Amino acid sequence: MESGDTKRKHYLNIENTPQSWLLTLDHKRIGILYLVTILLFFFLGGVAAVLFRLELLTPDAHLVEHETYNRLFTMHGVTMIFFFLIPSIPAVLGNFLLPIMIGARDMAFPRINLASWYVFTAGGLFGLAAIVFGGVDTGWTFYTPYSSTYANSNVILAALGIFIAGFASIMTGLNFIVTIHKMRAPGLTWFRLPLFIWGQYATAIIMILGTPVIAITVLLVGIERLFGVGIFDPAIGGDPLLFQHLFWFYSHPAVYIMILPGMGVISEVIACFSRKRIFGYHVVAFSSLAIAILGFFVWGHHMFVSSQSMYAGMIFSILSFLVAIPSAIKVFNWTATLYKGSISLDTPMLYALGFIGLFTIGGLTGLFLATMAINIHVHDTYFVVAHFHYVMVGGMLMAFLGGIHFWWPKMFGRMYPEAWGRFAAIVIFVGFNLTFFPQFILGYLGMPRRYHVYPEEFQVLNVMSTAGASILGAGYLMVFVYLVWSLFKGRRSVSNPWCAAGLEWRVSSPPPQHNFKKAPVVDRDAYDYTDEDVYKSDYDSGGTSDG
Amino acid sequence: MTEHSGNHHIMPLKIYLGVFLALMVLTILTVWVAFYDLGFLNVFVAVTIACVKAYIVLLYFMHLRYNARILWLTAAAGFIWFVLLTAFTVSDVLTRGWLPPPEAW
Amino acid sequence: MAETETSHPDHLAHHFDSVEQQRESASFGMWLFIAQEIMFFGGLFLGYIVYRIKYPMAFATGSNLLSIEWGAFNTAVLIGSSLTMALAVRAAQTGNNRLIIRWILATMLLGSVFLGVKVVEYKDKYDHQLVAGPMFEFDADYVLEREAVPAVYADDIDVHDPQFGSNVHLFYSFYFVMTGMHALHMIIGIGVMIWLLVKAYRKRFGPDYYSPVEMTGLYWHFVDIVWIFLFPMLYLMGRH
Repeated sequence: MESGDTKRKHYLNIENTPQSWLLTLDHKRIGILYLVTILLFFFLGGVAAVLFRLELLTPDAHLVEHETYNRLFTMHGVTMIFFFLIPSIPAVLGNFLLPIMIGARDMAFPRINLASWYVFTAGGLFGLAAIVFGGVDTGWTFYTPYSSTYANSNVILAALGIFIAGFASIMTGLNFIVTIHKMRAPGLTWFRLPLFIWGQYATAIIMILGTPVIAITVLLVGIERLFGVGIFDPAIGGDPLLFQHLFWFYSHPAVYIMILPGMGVISEVIACFSRKRIFGYHVVAFSSLAIAILGFFVWGHHMFVSSQSMYAGMIFSILSFLVAIPSAIKVFNWTATLYKGSISLDTPMLYALGFIGLFTIGGLTGLFLATMAINIHVHDTYFVVAHFHYVMVGGMLMAFLGGIHFWWPKMFGRMYPEAWGRFAAIVIFVGFNLTFFPQFILGYLGMPRRYHVYPEEFQVLNVMSTAGASILGAGYLMVFVYLVWSLFKGRRSVSNPWCAAGLEWRVSSPPPQHNFKKAPVVDRDAYDYTDEDVYKSDYDSGGTSDG
Repeated sequence: MTEHSGNHHIMPLKIYLGVFLALMVLTILTVWVAFYDLGFLNVFVAVTIACVKAYIVLLYFMHLRYNARILWLTAAAGFIWFVLLTAFTVSDVLTRGWLPPPEAW
Repeated sequence: MAETETSHPDHLAHHFDSVEQQRESASFGMWLFIAQEIMFFGGLFLGYIVYRIKYPMAFATGSNLLSIEWGAFNTAVLIGSSLTMALAVRAAQTGNNRLIIRWILATMLLGSVFLGVKVVEYKDKYDHQLVAGPMFEFDADYVLEREAVPAVYADDIDVHDPQFGSNVHLFYSFYFVMTGMHALHMIIGIGVMIWLLVKAYRKRFGPDYYSPVEMTGLYWHFVDIVWIFLFPMLYLMGRH
């Protein structure tokens, strides 16, 4: 990275040998390592998406056959979920920001933090090997017996990859919880913490209590395949539904691993760009915990048509509705924060506003799906696909991009080009809706997911969707290009370009190696935007020039 | 953090030996009782004895008795989450047969 | 949590303010790891519970083929090793280096005895084709000879029914995966103790710094607790 200025030493320019990066214990550098790694996986998952969206331009199989198609959507799902979305905000922004935001010099366990990146990369390599040796065709859910008795692809490699990457997630979660408990600066009480921290904390709870279950589950599938030990095998009395229970016990909460950190980012951005304290701070903080905990007990809504007991289904359905309450609380409180705020529509804010709208659509359609009768109608159709992409892409990816833009000056000491930023945000918003809104209609009309051919009457909507995907892809590419450009040519940033509250803006950009020379003392609540001058002068301790 | 975890607490040897003996006695008890048919209580008794043993290990060998509340909470969270995972899944398994499978029309 | 400008001992990492903070972080982290482990084994226990509910007779029969003597002996050995581990931690707290080494060695010895017994048991299952997997072969005569069918179920069970045999197979799938996973944890624990021994020989531990011993102890006791549940579930239930 060439971004540092020559006068001042900071975490990027302090030493730049390969081993200074590969053996670093600095949480900021580990965050950057994660950023580079997950971008690779995002690219891979994106390529798969492009290929199958192209196939879906026409009703017949023109581009790929069903075997390849199955492998493509599995590759897309596995890489995007396990190797991009789950680590995205926690491992990149969380690692980078969490210690600075709470006024600590590093995570509680820097070695475990670095180990988590290595473990994640090792898991990723197994995932890559599975793709290189021909791919996996089970879908990202690895349902037995597709993945056991009838598996004809590299299930074991992929399962091992997920098993290993899971431990990276556990390590990150463990580090977050201990760090938040034990390393806060003097005066930084729980209810002075930024909501980003609350979001990470809630996420970490899920990581610790949920991830081991998926680990043992895929391990059992692996053992079943490898040693011929039948655990989910109906031939010796095994229960394939048990797999689904265990799988969704993690994988439903994993959805909240993918959205809670995003909600934390949005809280930061909304507060900063409306110059107001988040409306109902305490409620928003607790709603994160509520989502994390309630989210564990709704998993059965993925199994309504799987011969799961109808009575269990009813309970899961009711519980699923309950999760909507804390989610809605967040949405209402963000909009209430906007009310009478002095809003500026910078790029991060555009993403945040996009998040609120798209997440609302994604969340509400989730309620349709939690209703048993409607679920049976739209189960395994494009309606489901559209629903979770509104949450995952419209929600988390928007939040990730918003967060990356918001903290870009902090991470690299350079500003991204604002005009390009706004333009790309709008392109992505338009492209996203054009891609996925038609899929709601397709699903409602009955187009099942995971097929490479479809009846002709669905073509118009599919063409719209593919066109949207192209726009979306162009948007991402644009962001990538100008962000890389800005690393070298961007305007140098001051410590606090947004005049934002929060400890991370009180260190210089990029931050010095150990963040704080002296532990900062916190004497005010989060998002205290009433006294505007405070954020411009006093805290600008950085050595950067303009301001 | 204000809560103080008494990690320095050094327990007398007598307690350790007593705990060891208690665990041994409970082990013998659980083996002995397993040979009697107590009907539906069989599982209940075996699991209860195991829980008591685990609790003793947690309290004394793992020093939880002298530790901060947050460590209690952490251990309890793991246990409660396991119970909930089991409760929900078993509720499905037990009620799956209540409704006859739908017939073709 | 003010800056402590006074002494900065070797074992205090730069990002912590005090030894106390570092120690509390370590033990909190370890407990979170244990919570994680509970859920990891929890998935296995759940599977076992579900199948035990579905096939009580086959599971009871499979369970009766295990040797209760070896199981009980191993339980005693493991509890004993927990005691020696706790004494190792105590020795570290009181700063008695020779005792740390002695108790850790005792713990490793008892752990190895446990694993040795496990090998004997596995060998016995191997001899009777009870190892889960392709080589599993249900021998009804062996079951009758061992009188493994619980008396209460005697009238309901047809040991020659192939379905029954494959359900016993399911029991052994869980037996091997659960005890195997448990044994793997013990092997890792013994490995960590080798590292502890090296540190102890170099006299690194004392009343001010004994977190590694304490954390290994927590791990070892947790592994013990897992066995405390595995023993009745695998060996005892359905014994009458």
